[in-house]
Amino acid sequence: MLAIENYLILSAILFSIGTIGVLTRRNAIVIFMCIEMMLNAVNLTFIAFSRHLGNIDGQVFVFFVMTVAAAEAAVGLALMIAFFKNRESIDVEDVNLMKL
Amino acid sequence: METIAMPAINLAVVMPEILLSCIAMVLLLVNVFVPGNNKAYLGYLSIIGLAVTAASVVNGWGPSVSAFNGAVVQDNFATFFKIIFLVSAGLAVLISDRYMAQEECNQGELYPLILFATVGMMLMAAGTDMMVIFLGLELLSICLYVLAGFNRASVKSNEAGLKYFLLGAFSTGFLLYGMALTYGATGSTKIQAISAFVMGNPSVASNPLFVVGMLLIATGFSFKVAAAPFHMWTPDVYQGAPTPVTAFMSAGPKAAGFAAFLRVMIFAFPMLKAEWGQLLWILAVLTMTVGNIIALSQDNVKRMLAYSSIAHAGYALVGFTATNAEGAAGILFYMLSYAFMNIGAFAVVVLIGKKGESNGNVQDLAGFGHKKPLLAAILSIFLFSLAGIPPTAGFIGKFYLFSAAIKSGYLWLAIIGVLNSAASLYYYLRVMVFMYMKDPTEEFDWAGATPAIALCLLLSVGATLALGVVPGTVLALAQKAVLF
Repeated sequence: MLAIENYLILSAILFSIGTIGVLTRRNAIVIFMCIEMMLNAVNLTFIAFSRHLGNIDGQVFVFFVMTVAAAEAAVGLALMIAFFKNRESIDVEDVNLMKL
Repeated sequence: METIAMPAINLAVVMPEILLSCIAMVLLLVNVFVPGNNKAYLGYLSIIGLAVTAASVVNGWGPSVSAFNGAVVQDNFATFFKIIFLVSAGLAVLISDRYMAQEECNQGELYPLILFATVGMMLMAAGTDMMVIFLGLELLSICLYVLAGFNRASVKSNEAGLKYFLLGAFSTGFLLYGMALTYGATGSTKIQAISAFVMGNPSVASNPLFVVGMLLIATGFSFKVAAAPFHMWTPDVYQGAPTPVTAFMSAGPKAAGFAAFLRVMIFAFPMLKAEWGQLLWILAVLTMTVGNIIALSQDNVKRMLAYSSIAHAGYALVGFTATNAEGAAGILFYMLSYAFMNIGAFAVVVLIGKKGESNGNVQDLAGFGHKKPLLAAILSIFLFSLAGIPPTAGFIGKFYLFSAAIKSGYLWLAIIGVLNSAASLYYYLRVMVFMYMKDPTEEFDWAGATPAIALCLLLSVGATLALGVVPGTVLALAQKAVLF
């Protein structure tokens, strides 16, 4: 079994890649995929700690996170479709009607 | 690995949540199976549902009862907040039918969604396990994403929904990562167990895992309550979302964010007060100042109220920074008064609105005071209260928050708060100047008020003045609510 640090470093890297992706990408779907990656990095952290601490709470938490992420995906994609129908684009640069 | 012990089931503790969820599900079915295009009756059914739930909530006032292995608690703190949520949901429902008829997006799902969001907020206030707080927060957020984008035909509403969704999910990521790191550092997701662990091992306060975890949690909650510098989504979402939804979002979920924030930050970590004080001080000053300064230059009334709501989150953060019982009670009282005065102001915005929200600018209010004197007077009361002028609820709330800060030794914070309050007078009074001192530019055609919106205005004006003139009872209740 690997030491817990390895898992934590891996999940921190994944989380950072996700965050950078959200901040730099322009396509709403890709941004959403980056957010999913952040959530999965969190899941990895929970699992690693759960194993390390011998405490099952973390694994229970992961199930909830996965369920919520699925619900969020359903709502988010529906919102993107609604936006695409009106603007024929899902580029976040086009989400700009209300700028100052 | 331990086995999971079956916790004692005490459904009475979560009875209000169960009731409201069932009512919302029944309303969803009623919406599908009852034919007809006029869905206003669903609003009245929702009001009945909210009233029943409120009765069940009030019933729980008294000594705190913990249930489900310490995951949920029924205490006066949660009860007070639940009443705030139910009030803001009820007022938002009352102004919905008029708006939805005007915008021709009369879908019945609006009402169940507001009720589900309310269940989420109630769980946030009652949760004493980070898992429950997270689930409540997500139940609230997912409903709000849909509600913000509810008017599918309007591009602005689409944009509001999409923007809120992307930034909301992003902030959830931070909150969750913070929870995961805190869990790793302390070995539990339960707030009480975390608190006990930190008490027993003071060295954990310098553990980077723990510190980063708490900072990430604070970031996540700051997003949710729209505190600067995490407020960027607020103006666009508030402006684009349907007005009743904006009214709801500005009052209920903000209070829910503060409920969970207070529960996690102050009551779980009393020993870290000094460290939090510094951080919250900066957050409060930034939030008040950014909100007020940008609000000065807004022409769109909804956008102006959005920035003003950022500023109001800042005032509440002043009470938060004080980290004493007065500050916490001040937040409770302020959030309740804010629900009345802000939703009331939005109700007037709905009433004077035209299809497509084409006349949402302050210039469109020119001469309004002469054509509709009663409505203008009502809007003025709400604006005076938002600005914090006696004898309104806003004044008492601010007075209480700032005096809590002074008691804790944050004199400068209170001074900056008062100065901010004075600056905010400019943009609130500007609306009144247009209403009373300018000549009307065009004919004002009046679609008339519905009984529901009239009731909302009556309740809001009554509560704004009552809480300002005789705040004693509610203040006493708020003080009782923060005694753990």
